[in-house]
Amino acid sequence: MSGIKLKQLEQWLQQVDGFDEGGGKVDLEQYTTPPHLAACFLHSVRHHLEGKMVADLGCGPGVLSVGAAILGCHYCLGFEIDADALDVYRRNLDEFEISNCDAIQCDVIGGIPSRFDKCFDTVVMNPPFGTRQSGADVKFVEAGLRLARSHLYSLHKTSTRKHITSLANAMPGVSVKVVAELRYNLPHTYKFHKRDSVDINVDLVRFSYE
Amino acid sequence: MKLLTHNFLTSRCLKGVNVGYPLKIVLGHVGELPQALIEDYESNEDFLKKVHHVLLEVDVINGELVCPESGRKFPITSGIPNMLLNEDEV
Ligand SMILES: C[S@@+](CC[C@H](N)C(=O)[O-])C[C@H]1O[C@@H](n2cnc3c(N)ncnc32)[C@H](O)[C@@H]1O
Repeated sequence: MSGIKLKQLEQWLQQVDGFDEGGGKVDLEQYTTPPHLAACFLHSVRHHLEGKMVADLGCGPGVLSVGAAILGCHYCLGFEIDADALDVYRRNLDEFEISNCDAIQCDVIGGIPSRFDKCFDTVVMNPPFGTRQSGADVKFVEAGLRLARSHLYSLHKTSTRKHITSLANAMPGVSVKVVAELRYNLPHTYKFHKRDSVDINVDLVRFSYE
Repeated sequence: MKLLTHNFLTSRCLKGVNVGYPLKIVLGHVGELPQALIEDYESNEDFLKKVHHVLLEVDVINGELVCPESGRKFPITSGIPNMLLNEDEV
């Protein structure tokens, strides 16, 4: 269904449940990708989702997996460390009657079995930015690049652009490009934020194998 | 959990486990596939449909995966296998 309009995709993604009441767990950087941001992300990469084998790292409640399924991916596998988030994932799949997504509970950092290497055409993710677990963003990128045959699409704080791109440039055979600049409204559930919510700039970054 | 997903899983991350594949499925469903691979497996539509059914339509909801070497069990709850390891296992 890659003919689907951006607006329509966004409307669908509005019906995906987020982390359970009380918000996500701060240490795991659990905040969902808001529907508008998720729709812009997925719609702009739809040609690398339709008919493809897709992985969603740190899938949480699954907005990216659901979107990938709506856009016609062949199969999508979510990887997530947290059982509570996976309960919501499962519920969302049931609500949407999606049957070609699955999830496994594992640690994306160092815990993905090597049989998964290069099993996916495209990897999508909204990784922890690494503000709580230092370096988590980079470790997610490394995991994504292990799994992907062609492309990894990932959201990163614009303020870390230099760091992320220089890291990728140092990897043999990988090219990196910022494909979109987006705004992310982080919710007030994060008590250490002074304001109710805060807008940050994020990059949609594409890592590809040449 | 689809059997396609199961096909990827191993317990090789465990200390002392060399192959860790395939993980045994306890309480699983066995499809009606021929015992040996047929010759025209790439073009035989009937066979491919059965493979598709077994890999993508059969869903394991509750049960466990068992490491063929160490016997370590990985529980499957509501269709999601838990592959997390304790620190002393890696
Ligand atoms: C920023 S949230 C994104 C959630 C979801 N993908 C979305 O787009 O709405 C990051 C997710 O990564 C998960 N996570 C954090 N550290 C992880 C790890 N080491 N292994 C697997 N998942 C992890 C969190 O539990 C959380 O669900």
